Amino acid sequence: MTRALKNAGSSLLLLCAGCAGWQSALDPQGIPAADLSRLIWLVIIICGIVWALVLVVLAAALWQRGRPLSSRPTSERHMTIAVSLAVAATVVIITFLTLASYVVTRRLTPAREGALVIRVRGYQWWWEVTYMDARPNRTFVTANELHVPVGRLVRVELAAGDVIHSFWVPSLAGKQDLIPGRSNELTFTARTAGVYRGQCAEFCGLQHAHMAFIVIAEEPASFEAWRNAQNAEAAAPARDDEAAGREVFLSKACAACHTIRGTPASGTLGPDLTHVGGRNTIAAGLLETTRGSLAAWITDPQTLKPGNNMPAVPLNAKELNDVSAYLASLK
Amino acid sequence: MRALLFTILPTLLAAGCQREERDLRLDPPVADALGQIALMPNGIGGTPPEAYAALGKPYTSNAYSLGQGKRLYTWFNCKGCHADGGGASGPAFLDGWWQYGPDITSIFASIRDGRPNGMPAFRDRLTTEQIWQLAGYIQTIGAYSGPTAAPSRNDEMQSRPSENRAPAAGRTESPDRP
Repeated sequence: MTRALKNAGSSLLLLCAGCAGWQSALDPQGIPAADLSRLIWLVIIICGIVWALVLVVLAAALWQRGRPLSSRPTSERHMTIAVSLAVAATVVIITFLTLASYVVTRRLTPAREGALVIRVRGYQWWWEVTYMDARPNRTFVTANELHVPVGRLVRVELAAGDVIHSFWVPSLAGKQDLIPGRSNELTFTARTAGVYRGQCAEFCGLQHAHMAFIVIAEEPASFEAWRNAQNAEAAAPARDDEAAGREVFLSKACAACHTIRGTPASGTLGPDLTHVGGRNTIAAGLLETTRGSLAAWITDPQTLKPGNNMPAVPLNAKELNDVSAYLASLK
Repeated sequence: MRALLFTILPTLLAAGCQREERDLRLDPPVADALGQIALMPNGIGGTPPEAYAALGKPYTSNAYSLGQGKRLYTWFNCKGCHADGGGASGPAFLDGWWQYGPDITSIFASIRDGRPNGMPAFRDRLTTEQIWQLAGYIQTIGAYSGPTAAPSRNDEMQSRPSENRAPAAGRTESPDRP
């Protein structure tokens, strides 16, 4: 008995651990997420109470089953009153919940003025992220990682390049689909600085599970610093192996699909690699960015993420060494 | 009789579960071998490498390969010169008239090494596997007989009958063509 209790207790603890952390709708750190979380709790608590009351009434009815009919309050009038009260309560509760849901949904799309505009385009299986600005030379492209300033409204414009995807950062906002040929949007404001995980929430093919991204909410000053750094062209290679790696990148198939701003490489089929070494993960959250993981990815992308569009480009050991050193240096 | 039916039906149903194989990862040595084509001296026709037959000629018969080829056709801007098979500044594929022969080896060589009068070499832009996928797809555009496998459907409006509705030659045959 104690053992069963212990087991139940530990599984409950495990379940609760899922409620916090960097990807949880129950641990909201952003404005629509907090509203949505309150709505979820409101609905759960009210429905829980109704469910408990129904069970109590049912239990009472079952309890009285054996007693003779004469002792039960079964007059027609009593019955009518009980049913009318239950119907009235149902109408009131459902109307209230509908109104609450309506109010929260309306608050999901606030005024647009002063919002930071980020354009996100979903591909199988990664996210292209474009930071928009009124000045075209301040617009830049990155991938699989969003940085946002704390306290500022962010408007994410969503589109898809191939199939339907869904943008979901549970800690900050609700879900919104990315649909080919349509533009959707999602607005949120991060309230606490931190790193939040997002995930594609619409099945989109073989590697749907490996289509993640992170949102880094930071203080406005450090956000501006990051933005200025991202807007700059790629750093020139500092070492010999990095310079050789740059040549490999430009002469092999890499440059046909990837862009590195500041070099002739301007392919648009794969993620922009101008500052790939400075991003936290590669391949949409699959691996932490290190020189080793970059080399592993370049060597055998189809083993690490089967079905993705990156081919294994034949490179010899020196070329691989150089090109991974170069990419890791692109901070 | 009934017992027979009950054995045959589930077997048939189970057979329906079989799905086309998608070869997502080509072993590097095989990819290397696939590049070893033997082309005739005039550049027209030739033999594909042994590895190609050993794999079961997937690039003309596997729907996934054809689908990848179709994506590459758009991604690498083949459309820029050949349009949707109808031809523009580059020759058309749709008429079934192949300047260097209808052989897949020729098509592979044209993409990899380029051809005179403007066809660039994609040797350093595509991997060997991608060139095979692309060649397999391009062959379906001007095929003389309808292939059994078809690539994925078009996302935009169809400007011609779909790829598995050959023959191209019969559709556009003109008397002045040899």
